[in-house]
Amino acid sequence: MLRVHIPAQNGNKEILRYPTTKKLYMVDKEKILETLKEVYDPEIPVLNIVEMGIVRDVLFEGKKLVVKITPTYSGCPAMKTIEEEILNILHDDDFDEVAVEKIYAPPWTSDWLTGEAKHKLKQHGIAPPEKNSGIDSSRDYAVKPVLCPFCNSRNTSITSFFGSTACKSLHYCFDCTQPFEHFKCI
Amino acid sequence: MQKTIINIDEALYEYLLRLGDDNLILGHRLSEWCGHAPALEEDIALANIALDCIGQANAFLTLAVQTINNGRTEDDLAFFRNETEFKNLLLVEQPDTDFGYTIVRQFFYDVFVLHFYQELSKSRNEQLAGISAKAVKEITYHLRHSRQWILRLGGGTEESSTRIQNAVNDLWCFTDEIFFKNEIDDRLIEEGIAFDPRLIKHKWEELVEQTLSEAELKIPENVFMKSGGRYGRHTESLGHLLAEMQIVARSYPGAKW
Repeated sequence: MLRVHIPAQNGNKEILRYPTTKKLYMVDKEKILETLKEVYDPEIPVLNIVEMGIVRDVLFEGKKLVVKITPTYSGCPAMKTIEEEILNILHDDDFDEVAVEKIYAPPWTSDWLTGEAKHKLKQHGIAPPEKNSGIDSSRDYAVKPVLCPFCNSRNTSITSFFGSTACKSLHYCFDCTQPFEHFKCI
Repeated sequence: MQKTIINIDEALYEYLLRLGDDNLILGHRLSEWCGHAPALEEDIALANIALDCIGQANAFLTLAVQTINNGRTEDDLAFFRNETEFKNLLLVEQPDTDFGYTIVRQFFYDVFVLHFYQELSKSRNEQLAGISAKAVKEITYHLRHSRQWILRLGGGTEESSTRIQNAVNDLWCFTDEIFFKNEIDDRLIEEGIAFDPRLIKHKWEELVEQTLSEAELKIPENVFMKSGGRYGRHTESLGHLLAEMQIVARSYPGAKW
């Protein structure tokens, strides 16, 4: 279903050229990214790997479709599952050869989360990353309180810089008396 | 000493083993606290830091095997090398005598790697630079954690202050080795790949001295400095650690779950 023939002039769409022995297929990159949106982060199942900024690029090396991904944290245990899911979903779409490549540069940043992804986090009770919230690398380690995802109060405090997964910290809201998680800003 | 020409790939392999082993061994040490830390939040914190270290080790060791392509995988390096083949600093293999030792070991290491990896993230080897830049973000959290514990324990009760001072006294002899450099480094520095750790020693000293003084702790004097880790000469602790870390992989080679 992904191997669609697209006319040569196709507006602003990025076309990936995919040579086979008989002819040159052209594949719309957007369509591959659409398919990859069906792969969710196993640790935060509301977010897919495209809106999280984990997928960095999709390209063909000869006949091989290469998906470049980057980990949110070096030790992120979800990477293996994500890799397997990508291979499953793209093989289902009938590419001859698919490879997943893990890259480290440039390093992942929470700024790559899309606006929609941040909105989804908040809907699920996880405070999304805000610029300069959570951590300050300066010597005095000052911290700006995180906005409570339930009542939007900033009258909150941090309980622990480390949470149930590498990407989250634990907080408490004094106004609605709810503990909550925050997607760390890195 | 006769000057020999050092192959860059071989030098880089050795260099990556050092970086990988430091993180692998420290990560394993920290994981020993899992289920035993003094509080639930602390248990989670130490396990998180351990995971970051093991993730960084995985990245460095994967790059090592890609550099030299000797048919080994990163897991082979972790599980099938003997004690003398590990190139980690003596500091990171020191046992968790008590919570204070864990915190002091971590603090000495965090202050170093924060500054060191900031420099390595400018390396001409793009992959090394990328892994280092990523690690810096994680270490910022680790350092904040270890530094705050030093202040809290040093300024806490007489018991906590005495115990953390003991840890500083006992671990100080391993701090000089952090700045080790030999011909391997020189060769890679020449190529713009590695960085001379001694150039950031003043930054390490400044933050360590300032933090210890704020915590009313003393730096021991006239300490005989120990080294040897970079040449595979380790303290007794490493063998015991490896026995535990490697037993499953060695008992059931190739096992998957």
